[in-house]
Amino acid sequence: MSLYSLQNSQKNSLTDKKRMSSRKNIRKIKELLIEGILFLCALSSVCVTFAIVYTLLVEAMPFFKVVSLKEFLTETEWTPLFENAKYGILPLVTGTLMTTVIALSIAIPFGLITSVYLSEFASVRVREIFKPLLELLAAVPTVVYGYFAMLFVTPILQIIRPEISTFNALSAGLVMGIMIIPYVSSLSEDAMRAVPQSLREGSLALGASKFQTSFQVVAPSAFSGIASAFVLAISRAIGETMVVAIAAGLQPRFSFNPTESTATLTAYIVQVSLGDLPHGSIGYQTIYVAGLTLFVFTFSLNLIGQRIRSRLEKKVK
Amino acid sequence: MSTNNLIQKIKLQDLIFRFAGLIVLIFSFSVLLTLIIDMFKTGYPRINEMFFISFPSRFPEKAGILSAWVGSLAIVLVTSFMAIPLGVATGIYLEEYAKKNWISKLIELNILNLAGIPSIIYGIMALSMFVYQFKMGQSIMTAGMTLGLLVLPIIIVTTREAIRTIPSHIREASYSVGATKWQTIQYHILPYSFGGIMTGVVIALSRAIGETAPLITVGALAFIAFLPTAPISTVAPYVSLQWLSDPYTVMPIQMFNWISRPQEEFHVNAAATGIVLLSMTLILNIAAILIRYRFRKKYRW
Repeated sequence: MSLYSLQNSQKNSLTDKKRMSSRKNIRKIKELLIEGILFLCALSSVCVTFAIVYTLLVEAMPFFKVVSLKEFLTETEWTPLFENAKYGILPLVTGTLMTTVIALSIAIPFGLITSVYLSEFASVRVREIFKPLLELLAAVPTVVYGYFAMLFVTPILQIIRPEISTFNALSAGLVMGIMIIPYVSSLSEDAMRAVPQSLREGSLALGASKFQTSFQVVAPSAFSGIASAFVLAISRAIGETMVVAIAAGLQPRFSFNPTESTATLTAYIVQVSLGDLPHGSIGYQTIYVAGLTLFVFTFSLNLIGQRIRSRLEKKVK
Repeated sequence: MSTNNLIQKIKLQDLIFRFAGLIVLIFSFSVLLTLIIDMFKTGYPRINEMFFISFPSRFPEKAGILSAWVGSLAIVLVTSFMAIPLGVATGIYLEEYAKKNWISKLIELNILNLAGIPSIIYGIMALSMFVYQFKMGQSIMTAGMTLGLLVLPIIIVTTREAIRTIPSHIREASYSVGATKWQTIQYHILPYSFGGIMTGVVIALSRAIGETAPLITVGALAFIAFLPTAPISTVAPYVSLQWLSDPYTVMPIQMFNWISRPQEEFHVNAAATGIVLLSMTLILNIAAILIRYRFRKKYRW
């Protein structure tokens, strides 16, 4: 009897062990499976970049078989859809640069003043309320900003200077500047708040004022963060589409006159996409050429931004 | 005497800057406020029931945004189905699983880079990939997937930030009672970071609703006087996915189309659409702020 029970219990514990180990195995497999799925999800984001680079190159390549790189970079007219087509990217680049510069001349000073004010001067309560509110500026749909630039800002500018045309780079640039203030202010403020309190105290103890401390101690220490905020803002301004497509016009012009209509790289893509465009035609290829140019600009800016940021991280360590 | 002068000068400088900061802040907000007021003044008279249940028309006073808001809704649905699982999964992988090797670093750098690519480039990529290569045409599916890819980085970054705030002793406690990694994530990490993840999702969706440029390139039409096929029907098989391949329009495109017309009556319609768009995005963003605030209060480590 006892022998039997002993045998039985041994048998039982053996199957128990087996069951346990098989359950453990299932659990292990499940864990591995989950990790694999998650890894594939993470990897798919790399595929997106790959797809972007691939399509831009593949669709733009045939264009460069027809148009020489020299013509593309030096010709000062961009009329790919005309009878006598000219393929110089310069007018689109100057249009983009002009609206970007106007936007930055608003966004950088305003954003910087805001960030210094919020980080160094304002009380905690003011900061807690205003920081998220300020981010609403970046949340407004860009098509709404386009409406505002064309139907509110331009008429006001025309009252001041009647020679300004209905579509002009100035109003688009100004409105875009307001729109990207949060990109500058939010990141710069984070950078300045990360500056150790001891630096401020040291400066104040030497008799420096708050203003002097902010601009001669805090801002230089947060330089990397502020610089990467600027880079982000530039990249946003270059890539912004709807505001310029609506308010700046669709006429590529090799000039730097902000009161005239112009066209940016992004606006050109919109203009062409609005029409009916057969797949593979030269017009279709030109939007990829414009896109590739845009990508080269923003990608290099992103790289610069990342360089600056990684230097910052090393410094903090 | 000169020291006193200097002190006074420095104090004045402080005061002036304090003043300048306040002015700049107030200026930024007054621009936002002007924009809202101007839009309301022009567009408010057009906002009535008919505006929401009418199709676009060549008569401005008869035109409405029915097809546009239905289209926006359908596309945001597709976008969420794509971007939320993919984004959250990527965020979890990078925070909880990724080892410090080149491949994790590549993924991380890549996401930073994706966030900096202009939206219109996603649009032309989708035109070549989704519309022509995968032959998905100018459909709701194409548009939803394009926007899904576009907002993916937002969801990934906020998911990671939310997970990162959870202290490691929570994980250690969970492991010490025998939980596996996934169980720890399922029962601890995800619930605690839910607020942060939701904030990101809401912001991403508000971005998707307002996004215009990439949809122009993948062929959203401005004049759609019909609705996508209903997803539920009375005849078998009762559920239909036909709507995914239907043509569409969305609110920002409709607004853009009305702005581009020379007649002023259409600008009134544009303003009215703008009010709807603006209210939706602002409400979503304020909701995101409130969610973040509440969850920050709920969990204090």
